Amino acid sequence: MSAYTSLWQRHWILERNSILLLIGILIVIAIGGLVEVVPLFYLRSTIETAPGMRPYTPLELAGRNIYVREGCYLCHSQMIRALRDEVERYGHYSLAAESEYDHPFQWGSKRNGPDLARVGGKYSDDWHRDHLQDPRSVVPGSIMPAYPWLFTTDLDFSHIAEDMKVQALLGVPYSDEMIANALADVRTQATADASDAAALAKRYPKAQARDFAGIPGRVTEADALIAYLQMMGTLVDFKLYDDKANIR
Amino acid sequence: MALSNAQAKYMTFGEAGSAVAFAGLAMFSIVVAAKAYTPEYAFHAYLFAAGSVAAVFAIVNRYFDRGAQAPALTIDGKPNYNMGPVKLATILAVFWGIAGFTVGLWIALELAFPALNFDLSFISFGRLRPLHTSAVIFAFGGNVLIATSFYVVQRTCRARLVGDLAPWFVVLGYNFFIVIAGTGYLLGITQSKEYAEPEWYADLWLTIVWVVYLLVYLGTLMRRTEPHIYVANWFYLAFILTIAVLHLGNNAAVPVSVFSPKSYIVWSGVQDAMVQWWYGHNAVGFFLTAGFLGIMYYFIPKRAERPIYSYRLSIVHFWALIFLYIWAGPHHLHYTALPDWTQTLGMTFSIMLWMPSWGGMINGIMTLSGAWDKLRTDPVLRMMVLSVAFYGMATFEGPVMSVKAVNSLSHYTDWTIGHVHSGALGWVGFVSFGAIYCLVPWLWNRPLYSLRLVGWHFWIATIGIVVYITSMWVAGILQGLMWRSYTNLGFLEYSFIETVEAMHPFYVIRAIGGALFLVGALIMAFNVWRTIYPREQLAGAVGMAPAE
Repeated sequence: MSAYTSLWQRHWILERNSILLLIGILIVIAIGGLVEVVPLFYLRSTIETAPGMRPYTPLELAGRNIYVREGCYLCHSQMIRALRDEVERYGHYSLAAESEYDHPFQWGSKRNGPDLARVGGKYSDDWHRDHLQDPRSVVPGSIMPAYPWLFTTDLDFSHIAEDMKVQALLGVPYSDEMIANALADVRTQATADASDAAALAKRYPKAQARDFAGIPGRVTEADALIAYLQMMGTLVDFKLYDDKANIR
Repeated sequence: MALSNAQAKYMTFGEAGSAVAFAGLAMFSIVVAAKAYTPEYAFHAYLFAAGSVAAVFAIVNRYFDRGAQAPALTIDGKPNYNMGPVKLATILAVFWGIAGFTVGLWIALELAFPALNFDLSFISFGRLRPLHTSAVIFAFGGNVLIATSFYVVQRTCRARLVGDLAPWFVVLGYNFFIVIAGTGYLLGITQSKEYAEPEWYADLWLTIVWVVYLLVYLGTLMRRTEPHIYVANWFYLAFILTIAVLHLGNNAAVPVSVFSPKSYIVWSGVQDAMVQWWYGHNAVGFFLTAGFLGIMYYFIPKRAERPIYSYRLSIVHFWALIFLYIWAGPHHLHYTALPDWTQTLGMTFSIMLWMPSWGGMINGIMTLSGAWDKLRTDPVLRMMVLSVAFYGMATFEGPVMSVKAVNSLSHYTDWTIGHVHSGALGWVGFVSFGAIYCLVPWLWNRPLYSLRLVGWHFWIATIGIVVYITSMWVAGILQGLMWRSYTNLGFLEYSFIETVEAMHPFYVIRAIGGALFLVGALIMAFNVWRTIYPREQLAGAVGMAPAE
């Protein structure tokens, strides 16, 4: 071999040593991920300051868990892009702050059905009931499956305080008071004209309390899911939101 | 000593340790099952218990059946390859392929005819769709990758697979993970992170299996008797290592309780979105690309009996590919609440990624230099070459779709679905079928039952793919244009449901394409079955060709 060693021959070092090859691969694949992911955790401009954001009520959280369980995100996005037609169809483009407490995020990647980021308050509870029981009864061209079992299955919220403790551990601002009242809050929010609705609204501003699924005396999975759907995108008051304030 | 009892048989440390560990897992699983928060989770705990008991039984049973000595590393100077786990993974790949394609066809029909959801929770679209994606990517693709990687690493290193129980643990443990994941989706156990749906306990189990996979693979590389590590192994190693990193990063979660199937992902909102697509796009980049490029780099030269076109190109495109792929994730999040700088980085690197992708395509296709005539006579080679062509097409389309302006139209539509399937059916599917058609005769030491049937598989599946992806192009672009269409008066022209109704004919056509692809795979399954179990075992001395 000549005294001159070409670059190709230097590559032999990696081809002849599996541990060096392993380390080389590890270094090369680490760079892109580190550059793109890590700054998102410390750049303050990543998540806006949006007035009105709060953690989910226990009932809304249970409803979100049903949304997660049924894989709704596979057909419904929760991310209105900053494009003219989307803003006109669905409302103000989604802010990073609006999914700040979402473990996991449910932005979705496919719209077999419409975006749901601001579906809250768009339809009545009645409409949601009919739609979940039989989508084609209210939207004839719909291709959505029906979810009748949500109305016959009682919501299992016996462990919801544990869920909130885990979320608190991960940074969601659930107070001790919120966790202590979790079980009672579920019942309160799922009941029409509940006596302690005011206390619930104090803990969770804008929380709506009523019999969402229209089945008196029971808290079903449909109650939780509709409670979640009806609050989606309603927290941030866009009359007060100043998008210029976030330019840094 | 003097007795020189060479036949004295002892349980190895690995056997005894594994048996004790599985016995412990069985007992722990029973306790968990008894205290489980939900019946679905209890069912999974019992599956873990049953699996562990079966493992203990298998280990002990195998101990009594085996000889006193560990299998020889070489016999008459030739490596004594361990092909048992490779055979099992190959058969499982065929099985899961059929299962995954069938579920895919079913959910395609559900979108065309929603009555097929039958108002049943466990077959509703939202639960079956992860079953389809996991079955084809992780069950079919994963078993193909385990089978081929264990085959290729032994052959190119001229060394027996490291470990005695370990390779079996990788194959069986991985498929147990598939069963837990798949049944979980049907029962509503999912963390709803795309392509990372299995819950925390399935993820933990997969982590153990994957670490053993890495150790077996790396150990075999270190045991090699060849001076150089062959290029296919670089890709396999990058695939195994990177998938481990991605899996750990994206699935970081805190379970509600050890008795609950539910966990919460550590990341949230915009950071979770970035971590998810860092994972998601590199599941494509490393599971579905790097791993299958490993297949390409072994099976195409072997089948064409030509050397790799360019050694230098393989070096350049390997390092460029694994470096650039990792950056591409944010193109799944254009115009979202992800910061613009991250989106722009993702788009830029996605466009650059076109070059190393085509480097791989060129290296694969040009390997046929001097052997082009074989395309006429060998449908297996034709299948693999077409797969590389599809790889080239999909990796051109991908960078185009990552451009923000294009993405504003294509995102959220069926164009994405079509793009994924030109890669999945065309590239991953066909290169896998080609590898299976090569492997089965090599492993079982018999000629393939029928090359004509391979030809039928090739044409039926190719027509199916073309029907599938063209219908999805039209559907996706049509829906994207309808969403942004305005009337003369400046109002949105179509309601959302009108754009859904417009999809119906294309969903029917897509299902036909998927059905053709499934028919092709069924032909393959028959061909494989007939190869392994010939209709009539020829009597007398059969001139079986040695595998070497």
